Amino acid sequence: MAIKDYIRERFFPHLWCSGCGHGMVLNALLRAIEALDIHKSDIVMVSGIGCSSRISGYVDFHTMHTIHGRALAFATGVKMSRPELNLIVPMGDGDALAIGGNHFIHTARRNIDMTAIIMNNRIYGMTGGQYSPLSGFGTMATTAPYSNIDHDFDVVELAKAAGASFVARSTTYHVQQLTNILKAAILHKGFSAVEVLSQCPEYFGRKNKMGTPADMLEYYKENTTTIGSKKKQENPDLLERGIFVQNDIPEYCSEYDKIIEQAKKTSGGKTK
Amino acid sequence: MAKPKLKEHLINRDWCKGCGICVELCPKNVLELDNENKAVAARPVDCICCKMCELRCPDLAIEVITEDDK
Repeated sequence: MAIKDYIRERFFPHLWCSGCGHGMVLNALLRAIEALDIHKSDIVMVSGIGCSSRISGYVDFHTMHTIHGRALAFATGVKMSRPELNLIVPMGDGDALAIGGNHFIHTARRNIDMTAIIMNNRIYGMTGGQYSPLSGFGTMATTAPYSNIDHDFDVVELAKAAGASFVARSTTYHVQQLTNILKAAILHKGFSAVEVLSQCPEYFGRKNKMGTPADMLEYYKENTTTIGSKKKQENPDLLERGIFVQNDIPEYCSEYDKIIEQAKKTSGGKTK
Repeated sequence: MAKPKLKEHLINRDWCKGCGICVELCPKNVLELDNENKAVAARPVDCICCKMCELRCPDLAIEVITEDDK
């Protein structure tokens, strides 16, 4: 199948701004799914609120556009009732880690089989450029006109600490790596957290004088490196890209099935 | 493996938003923005069919068609 077979062409051109990284995440995700040859009826995409969450409207899978920060909770419900389906949950940085922070850590802790994509553009784009938990110290935003004094989360460290069994990071510049990581994340049996640095040229870029969308992509190229590279040793400020964690630990739905089996045995198949 | 040979650049002008990512990141400087701010293949003979423009397009607006593509 061509990637165009996975989208709802009637909604294109999409509403994302010119040069928005979220379109590039969509592009990479469609290529990953095409390469894995998953039928579109076997995928459920659940999203919350924000620029990033509009992605669920453009893909021709089963899609749910739910409430702010709670996409993972809805996705957990879907997965528990239909464990055979592939769950993909794209979220923005604010959606995933501000209002949805608790859902994020607890879904990671449970290790339920789904792929969370954190599309990190370091800003609340849809509502006008307010700083987010990932904007970082010293950045500018419409709500931080004298620069932001909040420190940011490291999504990878947070996901690792919360117990996610698959943790990875890539950027929209590195589209081929991103596609490969998304493929591995979708195939992984357990909770996969993939952080994607995705440029927002309209708000984050403009407020922080980062230039054109292509300049922002060059920034990702210059300020990231592969995990454990020599460049990282020479310059510890570089952000690492790649798969940080890939552990085989018991998955929530499989364990739940075992509990059902056990309960049936002890009650002799009878319900009181 | 033989080098892929370019057939054409398919550019969807209704979807292209003229962000210039394909233009600036093309390793062979094949693409340009025209006076309507849409991407066009100005120097197709220089294209090496790496398809990075297609993979990076945020608007899914460009496709590099090679002779091998059916």
